[in-house]
Amino acid sequence: MRESEAIAQKYHKILSPLTHMRWPFLITAGLLSVIFLWSFFAFAWQYVWGLGVTGMGHPMSWTLYLVNFVFFIGISHAGTLISAILRITNAGWRTPITRAAEVVTVFALAAGPTNILFDLGRSMKFHWVAIHAQFKSPLLWDFTCIMTYFVTCVLFLYVLMIPDIAILREQFPRRRWIYQLLSLGWSGTEKQERILKKASAFLCIAVIPVAVSVHTVVSWVFGVQTQPMWHSTIFGPYFVAGAIYSGIAAIILVAAILRKVYHLQDYLQPLHFNNLGLLLLTMTLLWFYFTFAEYLTTFYGGGGDELAVFWAKVTGKYSPLFWLMVLFCFIIPFPVLAFRRTRTILGTSIASVSILIGMWLERYLIIIPTLSEPRLPYARGAYMPSWVEWSMMAGLSAGFVLALLLFSKFFPIISIWEMEKEDQEKTKREP
Amino acid sequence: MYRWGMVIDLDKCTGCQACVVACRQENNISFAGEKEAKLGRAKFWMNLVSEVKGSYPNVKMHFLPIPCMHCDRPPCTKVCPVAATYKNPEGIVAQVYPRCIGVRMCITNCPYTVRYFNWYEPNWPEEYQRGLNPDVYNRGKGITEKCNFCIQRIRRAKENAKKEKRRIREGEVVPACVETCPSEALYFGDLNDPKSQVAKFSKSRRAFRLMEELGTEPKVYYLKEGEWDEGK
Repeated sequence: MRESEAIAQKYHKILSPLTHMRWPFLITAGLLSVIFLWSFFAFAWQYVWGLGVTGMGHPMSWTLYLVNFVFFIGISHAGTLISAILRITNAGWRTPITRAAEVVTVFALAAGPTNILFDLGRSMKFHWVAIHAQFKSPLLWDFTCIMTYFVTCVLFLYVLMIPDIAILREQFPRRRWIYQLLSLGWSGTEKQERILKKASAFLCIAVIPVAVSVHTVVSWVFGVQTQPMWHSTIFGPYFVAGAIYSGIAAIILVAAILRKVYHLQDYLQPLHFNNLGLLLLTMTLLWFYFTFAEYLTTFYGGGGDELAVFWAKVTGKYSPLFWLMVLFCFIIPFPVLAFRRTRTILGTSIASVSILIGMWLERYLIIIPTLSEPRLPYARGAYMPSWVEWSMMAGLSAGFVLALLLFSKFFPIISIWEMEKEDQEKTKREP
Repeated sequence: MYRWGMVIDLDKCTGCQACVVACRQENNISFAGEKEAKLGRAKFWMNLVSEVKGSYPNVKMHFLPIPCMHCDRPPCTKVCPVAATYKNPEGIVAQVYPRCIGVRMCITNCPYTVRYFNWYEPNWPEEYQRGLNPDVYNRGKGITEKCNFCIQRIRRAKENAKKEKRRIREGEVVPACVETCPSEALYFGDLNDPKSQVAKFSKSRRAFRLMEELGTEPKVYYLKEGEWDEGK
């Protein structure tokens, strides 16, 4: 296959992470593995002794694990969704970022529901949710939506990677068996191209409503409950907006790191960060709008129970976290993203880090204050995560990054065949 | 069909906590210990909360025993993903312990915060081990439990009544808390029987239920303090 040889030569920078193994990679992967494995010990500890080793208690029975659940599902939101929207609208600048975005989605989506496994009193009976399904429970809707989304996203990522895997099949004789299997005999015939085009068009359309439904249903896990400041009709769109917000931030951060580490300056250009930055700016404003609407209506018309939670957040014991959230989600990123001069690669990266911290705090502040201020004024709770919970959170995040890292060592993180196709079209247009 | 309900006369309650102790004894509720109790790991199927107003010598105390309200429209049952909790035909909101996987959504959705979780494997001081009630299902760590109006007593009473081909008589079965209350502030019975004490009390001028505005239709009625009426 001389053609694939030529393509591999042309895009050797994209393929170089697959061919080279250097010390920084080994050290990073080693460190992440240690943290990841540590969380297995923490989980075993919790499994043996019971959930009492966490900081939970009565009435604080949904805490850090649920926060991380919502947060990771949120991260999973932008990738495939944005990739699909950009494909449908045929945005030319999308090509170098879509693959990375789709990968972030898949791994974040694997990480999110894992938290539910940690949170269960009897984790090993997790499959009962499927066996003894009770469809009135929002958790079951959640389970259904997340599974659908996960399958769609894995397919999305995989289908659009098949031509690239075929290139790899020719380039890496030693890993040939696995690439051979995964490439499904792709040889780039016209018929295959046609099927791929059809499949990707179908997946693009299918994934958008699924993605919106997932975070809406995640929000309903809280929204349909009778608890003060959970029971809110705005939660569906509020969660979806927040999810896309944190998701875009994650993509920008991942893209910036990949660009630096794998020397992909030729492909991931300031233009991409500028465009993603503009998208992020829109979401910043949208986030502020939703948050403002949510808090204003509670403050203005809320009853005693709602206001107890409201004041606990705004001026009470959660106020430091609340104002940090406002700082990280709005006050820092807004000016950085608003000005063209600061909307650089560094600027958008800083804004993204700030947004990720802020959105984690937002999830924390949605879940925890409500439980600590229940309706009856007797059961009152304070919550401080224990070492087990922090370990699980660190392990999960490490596992997420490790998965991304390993993926980038086995598959090209930028879609080569799409780059090539774009290139060919460009030369056709400008002879 | 029976429809079990409870009436708690707040005027008669002295805050002695005998109901709390009796409940623990009857239902094998494990000990959390002082340290864990502070972290919210203590379980009180029957909980007595108090409110102190003023300071010595002008002190006014109010007591409120809180069992499960056994709502007719319980928010907790519908959210369980594995159907481990349900309202039985007699109106008791029951927990199916072997089915429960410890999701705890029922706990977060209970506006009365009367559902409790087993944060650890249950534990008793050695002297208590032999005194455990053999009629009660043993709950391990990681599952939710709650007041069930001493369902084991109701089942036994029903068996006896069935043998004699009759309905359960008024006062024939009462939960441990009702049985033990020294000031007889607690009543238990069939709300469907218009002649029963609880049915009469539930229609009293003094009767109210906690957070009726939520539409949960609790079957635990309270009688207001400081007001008297003839109706007995």
